[in-house]
Amino acid sequence: MPQPTPRHEPNLALHIEDLTVAYNDKPVLWDIDINVPPGVLAAIIGPNGAGKSTLIKAVLGLLKPSAGHIYLHGEPYAKQRRRVGYVPQRSSVDWDFPTTALDVVTMGLYGQLGWLRRPGRAARTKALSALEQVGMADYAERQISQLSGGQQQRVFLARALVQDAQVYFMDEPMAGVDATTERVIIGLLKKLREQGKTVIVVHHDLQTVATYFDFLLLLNVRLIAQGKTSEVYTAENLRAAYGGQIALLQTAQIPQTPPTVAETV
Amino acid sequence: MLEALLTNPSVVVPLVGALVGVASSLVGTFLVLRGSSLLADAISHSVLLGIVLVYLVTGDQYSPFFIAGAAAVGLLTVFLTELLTRSGRVKADAAIGLVYPFLFAIAVVLINVFARNVHIDTDAVLLGEIGFSWLDTVSVGGVEVPNALMTLGAVTLLNALFVGLFYKELKLATFDPGLAAALGFSPVLLYYLLLGLTSVTAVTAFDAVGAVLLVAFIIVPPSAAYLLTDTLWKTLALGVGIAVASSLLGYLAAIWLNVSIGGTMAVCTGVFLVAAFLFGPRYGLVAQRAQRRRQQGENAARTLVVHLYNHESKEEAGRENSVSALRQHLRWDDAKVSQVTAVGREQGLITLGPKRERLFLTDAGRRLAREVWEPWRRE
Repeated sequence: MPQPTPRHEPNLALHIEDLTVAYNDKPVLWDIDINVPPGVLAAIIGPNGAGKSTLIKAVLGLLKPSAGHIYLHGEPYAKQRRRVGYVPQRSSVDWDFPTTALDVVTMGLYGQLGWLRRPGRAARTKALSALEQVGMADYAERQISQLSGGQQQRVFLARALVQDAQVYFMDEPMAGVDATTERVIIGLLKKLREQGKTVIVVHHDLQTVATYFDFLLLLNVRLIAQGKTSEVYTAENLRAAYGGQIALLQTAQIPQTPPTVAETV
Repeated sequence: MLEALLTNPSVVVPLVGALVGVASSLVGTFLVLRGSSLLADAISHSVLLGIVLVYLVTGDQYSPFFIAGAAAVGLLTVFLTELLTRSGRVKADAAIGLVYPFLFAIAVVLINVFARNVHIDTDAVLLGEIGFSWLDTVSVGGVEVPNALMTLGAVTLLNALFVGLFYKELKLATFDPGLAAALGFSPVLLYYLLLGLTSVTAVTAFDAVGAVLLVAFIIVPPSAAYLLTDTLWKTLALGVGIAVASSLLGYLAAIWLNVSIGGTMAVCTGVFLVAAFLFGPRYGLVAQRAQRRRQQGENAARTLVVHLYNHESKEEAGRENSVSALRQHLRWDDAKVSQVTAVGREQGLITLGPKRERLFLTDAGRRLAREVWEPWRRE
């Protein structure tokens, strides 16, 4: 076997250096450096338009960066495809598409199947067990438009589970879902972390961010802060990320206990 | 025997229509699901430019290069449309509307300037001449076969192969292009292949059905099928079935009424669409109305059990949980009261007191009320 090309930062689940992404001439992300160690449950937080989704899309090669490089477990995305799972925003697809919940979950296996090969019985079994893990086994044959928003989100999560990845990227999996779904999702995310996987989630709810996640990336076009939640989740950082968009309701400035915050409209 | 069949217009003409229909609805299904069905309209017009350019270069009226020319102009149409849309200055629908009339107009001018003596009449461009499709033949192994059958047969086969081989990839790329790209399938390549095949279909079908009728075959059968089923392969199969049936019925109707064959074929696809819209099993107007009525009935039963549940353990239970309270407090008329209580008893949710005045919840009724109130406790 020839020696493979040397890997770059192989001990990091995600390594981004000097990443700039622009739509037309408008920069959405400016010179981002990110290092996420493996085995963490990380949240990307920041105000609307901060470039959170853009960051994920750039990592997955869906957008071409104008500068910088991105490595996953030491290799570029194209070489790590099979080890990366993706949950796009629920609103990014047409839920009136003629297909069933089981079929959508099976799509997560298409990457392993490659071109032309059809999903068989093994794929069906895997997809069904993933649906069971998200509490949706009874809905396998349901047409997807007949599912509630939370159920649709769980189908998306099941689709990522069958990808059996090392690193997961999820875009707002808990936006607009019911309490049951949120519990199921956060339970699953924690289980993935226990299995040593890295989960990176765009999250919008500042109330829950500190209890759910152990690693934070604060973003607002540039990177404001990154690191363990206990170190990064401070009033100062949040103010820097959100600017005037949040009112800090907290009284004591103790860095160890994260402040209570509420978003103003 | 075979030759007799293949030169018989009443065999060839509906067969040509069916092949156009099958080839069109195979690609059309994905265009409709993707929300790009108007691109089919654009392509079916702009391929005229491809035809004219190839004619001017080769001087042939029939040439295999027509296929290549049409595919190239079809893809150019899509490319220019996307370019305009991506500029952010023009909306997607306007971009389509800007590009294809422009290309079509160039074709028309070119015909006028360079090919004045060639007979390309506007009716043929828009509606085609499917009635004459059996006239031009080629000899295949000593058997005279109509040109249209050969070319359309080949294109139908090509489209079926494409959809059959890349069914999984097309499904993913249409439903979730983001994931398709992330998994390493190229949704852009698939999309351009799909539209390339649409262009090839358009140019081969051009003689038979023209630009406008082709759009009916690309968009209408898949749209009707979409209203009838919830699975992609059934949408494809039903679309193909509707296209074939429309060709046969359209031909018969045209002979009977002595009118344009292509026109009646297109009208038949429309008849199927209206039928699916009205009588589709789940999304049809009739089924939806029945479902709404059923839901209203269910909601009334739920309202009743929640009302009883709310008051049954309180002191006013005697007054509230009675038939007369349904009239006075819920303001239901006699017909509704007797109907809802009958349904409630039938479903074992409530029981009536001895004087047929007091209403009592059964355990099942209580369970339903709790479910309505606190749906998150269902599990």
